Amino acid sequence: MHLSPDDIVFWQYDFVKLNATIVFTWLLILVLTVGSRLITRSLTNELQGSRWQNALEIIVLGIEKQIANIGMVSPRRYIVFLGSLLLFVGIANLFTIFPGYEPPTGSLSTTIALALCVFVAVPYFGIKQKGIKGYFASYLQPTALMLPFNIIGELSRTFALAVRLFGNIMSGSMIIAILLLISPLLFPIVMTVLGLLTGMVQAYIFFVLASVYIAAATSVSAAKLPLQTINGSDNKHRK
Amino acid sequence: MNELTLIAVVSIITGGITIGFGAIGPAFAEGRAVASALAALAQQPDASSTITRTLFVGLAMIESTAIYCFVVTMILLFSNPFWNYFVDLSGA
Repeated sequence: MHLSPDDIVFWQYDFVKLNATIVFTWLLILVLTVGSRLITRSLTNELQGSRWQNALEIIVLGIEKQIANIGMVSPRRYIVFLGSLLLFVGIANLFTIFPGYEPPTGSLSTTIALALCVFVAVPYFGIKQKGIKGYFASYLQPTALMLPFNIIGELSRTFALAVRLFGNIMSGSMIIAILLLISPLLFPIVMTVLGLLTGMVQAYIFFVLASVYIAAATSVSAAKLPLQTINGSDNKHRK
Repeated sequence: MNELTLIAVVSIITGGITIGFGAIGPAFAEGRAVASALAALAQQPDASSTITRTLFVGLAMIESTAIYCFVVTMILLFSNPFWNYFVDLSGA
């Protein structure tokens, strides 16, 4: 029994390994880039666009709407990064419907790489928005005493982001592997459907959390704004 | 009882305890979250999309604590570093 697709090695030369994680990640990148390239090659401005163009427009506009719902002022600036995260994790989990495919998100290396991207992107967008001084001042937000806790929080949430995705996807494939030993006929299919649902939800969660972290780093007065709106809505309901 | 047996016994018992106790807290928390979300849905059916989205995000975050326990259990049972160390030692 293997815990992650890292253990399936297709080809090895000395310390250079070609395992299932790398191969399937490359496959996903190929499918995503070639697919979107083929669709965007013939974009039209007319009312009757091609079928694939409509599908792509729905996806892009949907992602943009979600980012705007989280509270970012200009979603177009972040859609390149956040949309790629959502699409990659979503497609990686969706492709489990193909037999023989192992989701690369079920390997801790992939999820840590994705979480590190978020870890780097948060200060990048924050500094771009507020300047170096403004961004690092947010670490001293309530008082300067909170500095170590803010740094620990930054590190632990990155780790939690990686382990959450890994644990969910790994537990899905692990449960299916165990059920194949116990009752191999119908029950694994039911668990595969459940795994598809959790996979899509986890992709969405990853995307939402990354957006929330970036929104918190780029918002101007993060400490004061939400409190006022909560109090305001409370008063409205009581009246 | 040599080291390997001891490690196996402790790992298996700890794995069971980890996943057993680790599931209790998230189970209570998810129950409370769903209950209050249903109450909110009954009061404000118009806000159902926002409530459902927030509920799903919250549930996944609560569930991740159980998932952490599950990951620890899986590491203890299937790729235990102490077990591997002593197996290598006895093999060499």
